Amino acid sequence: MRYLPLTQPDREAMLAAVGASSVDALFADVPEAARLDGPVPGLPNHASELAVERHLSALAAKNLAAGTAPFFLGCGAYRHHVPASVDHLIQRGEYLTAYTPYQPEIAQGTLQMLFEFQTQVAQLFGCDVANASMYDGSTACWEAITMARRVTRRGKAILSSGLHPHYVSVANTMAKFTGDVLETSAPTLTADTDAEALIAAIDGDTSCVVVQYPDILGRIPDLRPIAEAAHANKALLIAVVTEPVALGAIASPGELGADIVVGEGQSLGVGLQFGGPYVGLFACSDKLVRQMPGRLCGETVDAEGKRGFVLTLSTREQHIRREKATSNICTNSGLCALAFSIHMTLLGEKGLRQLAASNHARAVAAADRLAKVPGIELVNTSFFNEFTLKLSKEARPVVRTLAERGVLAGVSLGRLYPGEAELANGLVVAVTETVTAEDIETLATELEEVLA
Amino acid sequence: MTINQSGWRPEMGGGDEATQATFTGNRALMLEEPLLFEIGSADVTGVDFDESPQAPSRLGGMERKDPIGLPGLSEPEAVRHYTRLSRQNYAIDLGLFPLGSCTMKHNPRLNERMARLPGFADVHPLQPVDTVQGALEVIHQLAHWLVTLTGMDSVAMSPKAGAHGELCGILAIRAALEAKGEGHRKVILVPESAHGTNPATAAFAGFKVEDIPATAEGRVDLEALKARLGPDVAGVMITNPNTCGLFERDMRAISDAVHDAGGYVYCDGANFNAIVGRVRPGDLGVDAMHINLHKTFSTPHGGGGPGSGPVVFSAALTPFAPLPFVEKQGDRFALIEEETAGEHHAGSFGRMVAFHGQMGMFTRALSYILSHGADGLYQVSGDAVLNANYVLRQLEDVLDAPFGGSGPCMHEALFSDAGLAEGFTTLDVAKGLIDEGYHPMTMYFPLVVHGAMLIEPTETESKAALDQFIGALRSVAERAKAGDQALKGAPHFAPRRRLDETQAARKPVLRWKAPQPAAQAAE
Repeated sequence: MRYLPLTQPDREAMLAAVGASSVDALFADVPEAARLDGPVPGLPNHASELAVERHLSALAAKNLAAGTAPFFLGCGAYRHHVPASVDHLIQRGEYLTAYTPYQPEIAQGTLQMLFEFQTQVAQLFGCDVANASMYDGSTACWEAITMARRVTRRGKAILSSGLHPHYVSVANTMAKFTGDVLETSAPTLTADTDAEALIAAIDGDTSCVVVQYPDILGRIPDLRPIAEAAHANKALLIAVVTEPVALGAIASPGELGADIVVGEGQSLGVGLQFGGPYVGLFACSDKLVRQMPGRLCGETVDAEGKRGFVLTLSTREQHIRREKATSNICTNSGLCALAFSIHMTLLGEKGLRQLAASNHARAVAAADRLAKVPGIELVNTSFFNEFTLKLSKEARPVVRTLAERGVLAGVSLGRLYPGEAELANGLVVAVTETVTAEDIETLATELEEVLA
Repeated sequence: MTINQSGWRPEMGGGDEATQATFTGNRALMLEEPLLFEIGSADVTGVDFDESPQAPSRLGGMERKDPIGLPGLSEPEAVRHYTRLSRQNYAIDLGLFPLGSCTMKHNPRLNERMARLPGFADVHPLQPVDTVQGALEVIHQLAHWLVTLTGMDSVAMSPKAGAHGELCGILAIRAALEAKGEGHRKVILVPESAHGTNPATAAFAGFKVEDIPATAEGRVDLEALKARLGPDVAGVMITNPNTCGLFERDMRAISDAVHDAGGYVYCDGANFNAIVGRVRPGDLGVDAMHINLHKTFSTPHGGGGPGSGPVVFSAALTPFAPLPFVEKQGDRFALIEEETAGEHHAGSFGRMVAFHGQMGMFTRALSYILSHGADGLYQVSGDAVLNANYVLRQLEDVLDAPFGGSGPCMHEALFSDAGLAEGFTTLDVAKGLIDEGYHPMTMYFPLVVHGAMLIEPTETESKAALDQFIGALRSVAERAKAGDQALKGAPHFAPRRRLDETQAARKPVLRWKAPQPAAQAAE
């Protein structure tokens, strides 16, 4: 058992020191009926390192990895190239195997990184302050809605039809138990976002309006009129960013009037990983900070006056306030936040803008090429690196057929909105810097054949 | 004074640091590192890009006009920045990390290698299910192990962390009660030794929280619990093994009483590593329990996360489990989501996360589980408990062990600050341990013990490592009992001396801001 260092003589010496006759005797407090006297039946015994590698490699080989096929999936998870040094650095044991930085004198590495991460996120989102990360974008979005309820003391949230349907699902699940009232609808396949409807729905009970930017169809809504209408009714605007790379090209939500900005940071440094772990981003204005969920790192000084960092404002948190805490969260996505931060540091402002420009230019080229395919109509007038096509056929079987031919064509709206017949022909296509001109041509040619 | 394993003789106190100031502020291998905002530049990037096609903008008039304010570093500078920072962290790779209830054990690198196989790391959560059969099979295999090891009926894999798992369990309880027309049960009973997440979770799910006291020997007061049960009680949240390091002997009686009164039993499974492979919570009447994959199955903590908190359910709660989940259908693995849930899973309380949970953690946990097997996991809990009892008995002559007489401890040993010199606290002992080259134990938790020190050695520590740690803690405890003033200033040798946490909270500085030019500042 290669991970267990005690030898049998060690165990005997320790049992003698403890005064116990056997290891089993140490489990005396467990009721006899619930105590097994040997390994759990029905499970195999231990395997060598080589055997485990063989087993898991065989399972991995059953999946079609994104890098082995022309790949166009997005809708909340994006395939970007991650520089090699990101993964190298996050695998340093001092980061990988460190605990939550509760002993700041020997956790300055993690703490300074979090302080830098908070600053990067705040700058990117155009907000005063960000926290040290959340589980993912969808849970961060729900936490923002509950935060708006605490701030405004109102319980009605208006969710844009352009908000990721899984984010809506998470919010609906939670609202059933908390009593929040959520208003939302599915999108329609038009170039227009639902800004007017959102503005019309705001009233004196509204705690917040939640708008995804760019939205689930890839459209880029102008947040300014929505922010104005929300603020005129003393409600908050929550902006949701599922593709942070977009903010290298488009104006930040904070700049456009959002009070809380949440997002999914997976695009930078983290990788697809079949949906997790990801990194939730959460930022807001200074005046809301004491209602913000999650961990916060702050600057201070040590006994010699040297600058240092600590976790702070913990009086909001569950370990102090228990049932009165702002949320039950007692973790953050530390390692994914580190990956995000390193990738952002490598890019810098210049690199992020270049990356965003490259994504956008490739997406424009792809949209123009695909719009020429008979049976395809481009829905969007505005987009960043993701857009929606209206096919002449139902999109789900088309996606399956293309997958069989080795092309991962995009996300069919039928998968995301199973009950909505009007969306069944919608296909959301994401084009990042990893997509080549040949990939786009392959997709166009395959779609020509399948739609013919 | 003892000689440590490296043969180096540690000298406490001493050193005339003021006269040894260096030009850089560095001290040999201990390197100071500025903020990236102080060394980076908006004009520098550490990434080279392929040439892009030229195309007109379709951004709909939302182009960014102002600078973002993000400095960049070249690749060598970035690698140095983060490598230097990393050296200011303590980590399990550096030595024993005795955090009680947090469980810092060795993280096998095989798990990392497996999680990075492109077939797992480079697949999208919305790919057609026929292209991700291997990923679904990983989830299914891990689920099978978790259900079998716990003796439960089903498992929800999607919760993102332990506290998220608690929420999952509590929501299933609430959904089950509502399905029975008993939505009026609004009270969750929580023993006072519980993690703060337990009451926060119950409150977040719309319940009223009431405390249940602990007995003098550190366990749930069964009679007090029974007395409180009634038609308004939805259930109990109990931690077992508990945060005093003890097994709840009355667990079966607690479960029976709660069930008889129409409620459900939630077990906080944070400490499952103490009993994994030997005791099945299902045999104790538990209805729902989350499993922190990082604690029991060694996925890395990563400076706080990611966690992963699958929740196992009894048959009574299974119909209410969240979506999505994986189901084996013949030779194929299906992903059951909103659309496919159909009438079979109509009771599901819904979706908790955007995708399918922490896949990267599932791969690591499965790698760890397969490496150990059923026989190895039996040994894991045995060694974890033996190590904790060894620490307890080797130190109880020098540190007060409030529940030392309550039977063997499980995975962790609990001490208090009773008997330290006037004015000396658990904090001083903790900071003294830092100078000995250790991360301190969990401090001031559980709340039922004054000045608690909660020590969890885990099963991946050797006897030699334990003996050295015991020696170090004994030395620090003796100094705290003798009133050694040098201890009040500890740590002396860490990258930072004691940090001013009060100032950080009173005048929060939560981000870097560009220094204002002198002319502006004067306005």
